[in-house]
Amino acid sequence: MPQEHKLLLKYADAPDYSKDLDCYERHGGYQALRQALGMKASTGADGNEVTAQAQLRKSVLDSGLRGRGGAGFSCGLKWSFVRHPNPKPVYLICNADESEPGTFKDKQVIYKDPHQLIEGMIIACWANHVNLAYIYIRGEFTEGAKILNTALAEARAKGYLGKDILGSGHDLEIHIHRGAGAYICGEETGLIESLEGKRAYPRIKPPYFPAALGLYMCPTIVNNVETLCNVKHIVEMGAEAFAKLGTPNNTGTRLVSLSGDVKQPGYFEIETGKVTLGELINDPNFGGGLRNGNQLQAIIPGGSSSKVLRAGETFKVGEEEMDLLDVPYDFDTLMKIGTMSGSGAIIVIDDSRDIIECLANLAEFYAHESCGQCTPCREGSLWMNKALHRLTHGEGRAEDPEYLKHIAHNIQGRTICAFGEACAWPVLSFVDKFKDKFEEKVSA
Amino acid sequence: MSFTPSENLKQEVAELLTHYPEGEQRSASLMVLHAIQSEAGYISKEAMQWAAGEIGIQPLNLYELVTFYPMLREEQPGKYVLKVCRTLSCALAGGMDLHRSLCNKLKLDPKKHGLQTTEDKKFSIEFAECLASCGTGPVMMCNDDFFEAVDDTKTAEILGGCE
Repeated sequence: MPQEHKLLLKYADAPDYSKDLDCYERHGGYQALRQALGMKASTGADGNEVTAQAQLRKSVLDSGLRGRGGAGFSCGLKWSFVRHPNPKPVYLICNADESEPGTFKDKQVIYKDPHQLIEGMIIACWANHVNLAYIYIRGEFTEGAKILNTALAEARAKGYLGKDILGSGHDLEIHIHRGAGAYICGEETGLIESLEGKRAYPRIKPPYFPAALGLYMCPTIVNNVETLCNVKHIVEMGAEAFAKLGTPNNTGTRLVSLSGDVKQPGYFEIETGKVTLGELINDPNFGGGLRNGNQLQAIIPGGSSSKVLRAGETFKVGEEEMDLLDVPYDFDTLMKIGTMSGSGAIIVIDDSRDIIECLANLAEFYAHESCGQCTPCREGSLWMNKALHRLTHGEGRAEDPEYLKHIAHNIQGRTICAFGEACAWPVLSFVDKFKDKFEEKVSA
Repeated sequence: MSFTPSENLKQEVAELLTHYPEGEQRSASLMVLHAIQSEAGYISKEAMQWAAGEIGIQPLNLYELVTFYPMLREEQPGKYVLKVCRTLSCALAGGMDLHRSLCNKLKLDPKKHGLQTTEDKKFSIEFAECLASCGTGPVMMCNDDFFEAVDDTKTAEILGGCE
């Protein structure tokens, strides 16, 4: 029977566990930080000195850790884009702007185990020579911001933050910065603009790669909450042991947010790729199946921006013919079947639902959240929303499905940031996979 | 109308300005606006003028934020602001019904998505986009407090708890 594998959420929900520093330390907290700070420089194969920080960065690269915010990019590789020593200050920002529809995993760590995030951040800052870091937290997490502020104050009082952390000679300060309800702030360059006190208009790449021209035009690393927590565990376990968790190229655990039409919605931590979509939805240890004897209609597998999957679909993965429900929940297989695991958020839709209503709901979200900087996205997201609104209000036109696809094709790839894809992909995939439902709707 | 900041607000803003590197105080803008709104309930033009002076930027730099970020408000809302999540997972769990039922109770327009306020200025209600609690929908906020799996009983409790 598939099981959860709790690494990040090992203690968070334990009845005697609290979010204060004492409790965290009693459970081995801040030992990984001490371990990291105690690392010694070594001599590389070429006879040159390899700093302790460089070893730690190498270790994160070797662990195979991939970003948990949505893109699944190698964390170690992202870090390696920053040059050391750097003439400019290097900044690190924790992206805690959790707002991809369907996603509620980072919240669990922030609200229940804030020191785990802070320890991960301190280690990451030390490894990347960062002296000033920010946690950009979504505005609606008012309580979360308070919890993190309290935790930061506790860490400061204990010498984990501030001047000369634990006698290491490294100075570090972390501040909380609250967003104010704009989804686009989750996009890393939009987040940086927002942190600079501006509208969150994403920056164009090139030249504004955060690793070179990020916050205040300085090298900047932006990592998701879950990614930074994993850094602590990589130090604790060692890269090799961490890489043994999960499956090759999809290492470690993943926090999965499961919502929609299942009996037991919630968050689960699994070894990446060791549990299938079907098990996540139907197994008693996870979703427990659909409600009221309803049948599966669709799965949105990685947050609302990922392409939808229709019940009964089969895929050819390599040589293997694979049923939708047998797809292992990881990064690579989801990519191979034409979608993504994104932020790890699965939304289950049963056959009692009007699938076009579901898409209309998401289209309204994107129309509301487009930052308005690029014309195709600003206008296109509104047009798609309008067309879907008329489809769900008995005024659909026969040409609407093609019209929707036409607009979506003219958004994706034509915008500064990936929001263009995020709003186009649901529309393209819903129209392609549920053509019959659209036809029914139009003729009704 | 003029804006007179309280001592607390002045102190908080002074502290916030230290969180950013020398010369980058504009970064504090969003946090300063939050501080103003949490004290005054909204952000007036006068408040923006005052805050811009503290930060060392133009009032316009703040106004462009207030008109961009959905959480920031230019007008005084009701004493209690209810935000109901509109997005898919909550919609599947009954978020639309929740919004409708709250609007009916408060004699407000269930079809309106944006902020609307009761005549006695006690309550405001609006839809919010995904509040990141999708597993326990429908969810809503009442000012800073968060409520999950909100049914009729809970709705009555939430409204009843507002003095």
